[in-house]
Amino acid sequence: MTRHIILRVMAKLLIPVIMVFALYVQFHGDYGPGGGFQAGVIFGAAIVLYTLMFGLDEALRAFPPRVLEAVIAIGVLLYGAVGVATMLLGGNFLDYGHLLHDPVQGQHRGIFLVELGVGLTVAAVMVTLFLLFAGRPRARGSDE
Amino acid sequence: MTAHLDVILITFMAAVAVAVARLRDLFAAAMLLGMFSLLSAAAMTVMDAVDVAFTEASVGAGISTILMLGTLALTSSKEAPGRPRRTTFALLAALATGVLLVYGTLDMPHYGDPAAPIHNHVAPHYIEQSWEEIGIPNVVTSVLASYRGYDTFGETTVIFAAAVGVLLLLGGGHISRRISVLRVPSAEEPGAASGAGQLGEASGAGQLGEASGAGQLGEASGAGEENEA
Repeated sequence: MTRHIILRVMAKLLIPVIMVFALYVQFHGDYGPGGGFQAGVIFGAAIVLYTLMFGLDEALRAFPPRVLEAVIAIGVLLYGAVGVATMLLGGNFLDYGHLLHDPVQGQHRGIFLVELGVGLTVAAVMVTLFLLFAGRPRARGSDE
Repeated sequence: MTAHLDVILITFMAAVAVAVARLRDLFAAAMLLGMFSLLSAAAMTVMDAVDVAFTEASVGAGISTILMLGTLALTSSKEAPGRPRRTTFALLAALATGVLLVYGTLDMPHYGDPAAPIHNHVAPHYIEQSWEEIGIPNVVTSVLASYRGYDTFGETTVIFAAAVGVLLLLGGGHISRRISVLRVPSAEEPGAASGAGQLGEASGAGQLGEASGAGQLGEASGAGEENEA
């Protein structure tokens, strides 16, 4: 894939656009369709495209597996931490109204953080799955 | 108009499903499954379920197609020819199940029926109170992330657990170590069949760049090009 100059140039143009679109879907989910899950998948797709174009080693250097593994956990922990924080502030688990003085503002903040957690986990999981598949050797005796 | 669209979409979906079942070429089958996902995303858009359609389009048509191609790159892109068998019993079982399922739907409320139980439980509260209680315009998001935050937390945990399971099965617990051990040697012949070639090349390709030792994240993409030039 490294020899195909047109594909590489197009991918280079597309990858930042896909990533920005993922961020738009992530943070605009309150107003339109979308949210953390979709945004995570789209962001993951951008990294998959990067891997296809520039090779596994480049991708592993840009997105080290250790970091990906950490992000998988950080997303879920962020979600849980929001719940624990609302409990410490006197509400029920995931009762965002207690996060700020104004309950509606608290809901906004809570949904923002929770969606961010979902997005982080989903993006890291998708990339990790792809890298695991791409990093395995071909089975012996398979056809070409 | 919407009814016509429904009929067209469902016809296409049925045709694609039959094609997938009959194809021996797994690469084409994976592509057709992506098409099927895109068609069902269109059907959900027609039903005004844009958030679901969005998820279906990105996961079903996007990531899962990629993962299937990744699997094909590891195994084979042709289905092994099975021995011809009598399929009468299988056909009867499938038909009976289908008839039972259709019979089961007869008792269900019609699509969009305002008297349906699902529209008279908590849904009115969510729709009427969402703006005052949560204050965001997209009710789907407020249900998903706030009213039903527990469920979404559970879903995220399921994704987390799935990733841990795949890491344990495929990666031996740690991808950074296993990928470097298992990496395909660059003896992979280029231009191999279908998607296999891309993935195989992708894993072998970057080895040029490795020698440059540009450790920084930001330089990673630039380093590979210089080497190529």
